[in-house]
Amino acid sequence: MKIKGQIAEVDFDGIKKEINVAIVDVKVGDFVMVHAGFAIEKMEPDLVADIQGYLNKDEK
Amino acid sequence: MKNKKIIKKIKETAEKIGHQVNLMEVCGTHTQAISRFGIRELMPKNVTLITGPGCPVCVTAQKDIDAIISLALAGVPIATYGDVLRVTGQFGNLNEAREKGAKVFVVYSVEEALEIQKEYPELVFFGLGFDTTVPMTAYAIKKGLTVYSTHKIFIPAMEALLKMGEIKIDGFIDPGHVSAIIGTEPYQSMKIPQVITGFSAEDVLAGILMLLLQIESGRIAIENEYVRVVKKNGNPKARRISFDVFEIGDGLWRGSGNIPGSGLEIKKKYVKFDAKVKYKNILDKVDFSKSHEPVGCKCGEIIRGLKTPKQCPMFGKVCTPDNPTGPCMVSVEGGCNVEYRYNKK
Repeated sequence: MKIKGQIAEVDFDGIKKEINVAIVDVKVGDFVMVHAGFAIEKMEPDLVADIQGYLNKDEK
Repeated sequence: MKNKKIIKKIKETAEKIGHQVNLMEVCGTHTQAISRFGIRELMPKNVTLITGPGCPVCVTAQKDIDAIISLALAGVPIATYGDVLRVTGQFGNLNEAREKGAKVFVVYSVEEALEIQKEYPELVFFGLGFDTTVPMTAYAIKKGLTVYSTHKIFIPAMEALLKMGEIKIDGFIDPGHVSAIIGTEPYQSMKIPQVITGFSAEDVLAGILMLLLQIESGRIAIENEYVRVVKKNGNPKARRISFDVFEIGDGLWRGSGNIPGSGLEIKKKYVKFDAKVKYKNILDKVDFSKSHEPVGCKCGEIIRGLKTPKQCPMFGKVCTPDNPTGPCMVSVEGGCNVEYRYNKK
């Protein structure tokens, strides 16, 4: 990702697009979630919910 | 592999619950994901997935549709997100207005509207959508774009559904992108099991499992499956931009009517960019008492989860995505459109 002012060049799996980043705090190298041409939040792709924990859960 | 394990655990948990459970998704992208991945068909007999008011185009009130078409027909250039063009009101739709010579532009982003405005300074952007698109419109207003706002905040609509009590809702699959902006805290106002999920098959299945586990154990919590995007405090910068420009007022919803505290109007300090004020002379001449739902259209009931698309006699017969009667069939996030594309038979 390259940032020029409020516009960033975002790489979508090899396709590069210009995205507005005015409503997020991001830096080059960050992953972002994009909606209607705007980055709406910084993404942390490696952060996942503990689904295994839920699979092992036996609540009562 | 993991999905199979989640589905197995969903079945086991539903069996332990033993009674009928209704889970409502309130995000158009979740509506699409559930149908695209065939998740509804994977549910145990006692678990029903119900579509709620998550499609922004669908919930836009007929009055606002008639207003924007009136402006277009009066010669005001209009820019809007694509689906709106085919929503029909008492003066036809924006597509037809364009055929009659009106300047109507489809945009993917407000950035494109700002570009068009350079050539058409009188351009009005039809601002629609929930908490996710509000900061984008606010950004564009600060850059000088004139807007007709139908923007809404989402939680009051969920609260209204619970308050109306027309349908038993045992848990909400909370919207992913709205939550990216507002965070997890605002959902605390509703004392009902809720899970924020992402949009992959695994995300949605995991969200359903998390809801069922809450219901089985009698817990009521706001859980977040979509941790890679949604933070507890959401996106405060986006909210600051939104509420610098907009203030909360009444919101008019197709299906639910007026929901106090759910609408967003442009603040006085940005009044020169408020199309409702700027073009009051045109809008005052429109007879909004004639702004009715299309005859026979059940979109309002489908949005509230009271009817499924297939319970509408027009579904797939006179009303199809190529020839839609109401907005639920127009929008790619609408319950009828999604049902037609993925599950027509």
